[in-house]
Order: sequence, then C-alpha cells, then structure tokens
Amino acid sequence: MLLQFIIGLVFGLGLIVSGMSNPAKVLNFLDFAAIRSGTWDASLAFVMAGAIAVTFTGFKLVLRRPQPLFGEKFHLPTREDIDTRVIAGPAIFGIGWGLSGFCPGPAITALGFGTAAAVIFVAAMLAGMWLARFIANRPSMSGIVTPADRVGA
Amino acid sequence: MPATSFTPVASAAGGALIGLAAVLLMALKGRIAGVSGIASRLLPPYEDREFAGRLAFVAGLVAAPGLVWLVSGRLPEQTIEAGMPVLVVGGLLVGFGSVWGNGCTSGHGVCGLSRLSVRSLVATVTFMATAALTVFIVRHWG
Repeated sequence: MLLQFIIGLVFGLGLIVSGMSNPAKVLNFLDFAAIRSGTWDASLAFVMAGAIAVTFTGFKLVLRRPQPLFGEKFHLPTREDIDTRVIAGPAIFGIGWGLSGFCPGPAITALGFGTAAAVIFVAAMLAGMWLARFIANRPSMSGIVTPADRVGA
Repeated sequence: MPATSFTPVASAAGGALIGLAAVLLMALKGRIAGVSGIASRLLPPYEDREFAGRLAFVAGLVAAPGLVWLVSGRLPEQTIEAGMPVLVVGGLLVGFGSVWGNGCTSGHGVCGLSRLSVRSLVATVTFMATAALTVFIVRHWG
C-alpha cells in the first residue's frame, strides 16, 4: 500500500509540475483556433511526449521480466478490436474534458488544492463512473456491449 | 480565458514524472496506471481484492499539492473557469465516458500509446478531437 501511495504521489507531482493540474492551461492547449491568434499554449504536447518517452522505454525493460516485483503477473489489456464503446466512451469523455479542463487524474489531484470546484467535479465524475459500470454490468447489456478489459491498478 | 505561458521544459519534466509513476506501477505491481480505471474501481461492485492499493494511489494524488506546498511554501497555479453547472455536467461526462471507453488520458493516452495499442490510439484521437471541438464551440461560436 505504501508503494501505491508513493507512486500516486509521483504521478500527482508530475501533473502539477507539468501544468496538467491547471484547467486553464489544458483548455488553452485544446484551443487550436488560438494558434492563429497567438494565445495557444502548446505545453501539453510536451507533457505527453515526456510521459510516453519514459513509459515506452520503461515498459519495454519491465515487461521483459517474467513477473512484477510484488505481484504474480502483469495485468495487460488483451483486446485489440475496435468496438463502439472504445469510440463512444472517449467521445463523451472528451466533451466533458473540453467543457471543464479536467480529466480524471488532475481532477483527483485538484482535491488537494482544497477548492469546492474540485469536490463538485469529482463527485459528479464518480457518479458518472458508477453509472457507466452499472449499465455495462446489467445482464440485459451482455449481448449488446462487450465486456471491459479488467485492467487498472 | 486567462492566458497561460508556454512551459516546454517543466511540462516535459512533469510528463517524465508521470511516465516514471506508470513504469513503477507496472514494475512493482504489474498494473496499468489508468486513473479512471483505478478511481472507478473504488466504487462497488468489487471484482478483486485491490481496493486498498487503489485507495493508496488516489491518496497519493490528493497529497501531491500538499507536498508542493510544504516544500515551496505555496500552492501551484490553478485557474478553474467553469461554474457549478458546467462542473457537474463535465464531471458526469468525464466519469461516464472514461469508464465506458475503458480509459482516459493516462490509461489510453500514456500507457496505451506506449504499448502501441491501436484501441488506445483510436480512443486518444477521439477524445482529443471531441475535446478540441468542444473548446472551439464554447470559445469561438457566437
């Protein structure tokens, strides 16, 4: 448990240092029409580049090992098909992200800033998460939606 | 809309820290660092026995601003323009969509792209597109 806490802390520090924890900065990146007017903030492209460079290299090294240091096996997604959920879900998520400037990591980290706005957003986000899992887990949905990969720490 | 300054070095360094956390979680626990997957599984129904570890990860995220405050003496800049109704609607959409699509910016955007997953590439392109379109409509229409 201490391990996960420290890893969460490093993740949160990364969000803060990179500027991802500031919704105004996120929205200024997503505002591509501002490229012409000169107020576009390209910083978040550097966040993604930095994160992927480290993760791509690190995963290559780590996944050569037979198993994680403190676990029986690597829990990796196995699905490769493109179903409606992997398009509809991100499409809906993107609208909420564009409205608020918050995605899940920065929103939870924002709780530590002690603002009411973060509390309201995270409460609504958890309600939305619960609803999605509730609908996906209904027996009547089993023929319509394909089961989710059981990943996530 | 408040202007924000271009910070390529800090942003790349922060991104590297996010990557470090993702690599550590895989190396030590064998899990994908996807925040929507971790947070949503704090709610019932429970499919495995990883609750305590997930709660600890989330607690680490929440503790990060406090650590910055302890070290530097001030909280980092954060500007939230959205009012109450937008926060509620935005939160619902972010929560529902990220779980419906099995991942968000971290799970699909960082970990999935790093594994060269086509599903994650489709997901990432989709949420970037609808997010950018939403910002365009909110800021530049009418």
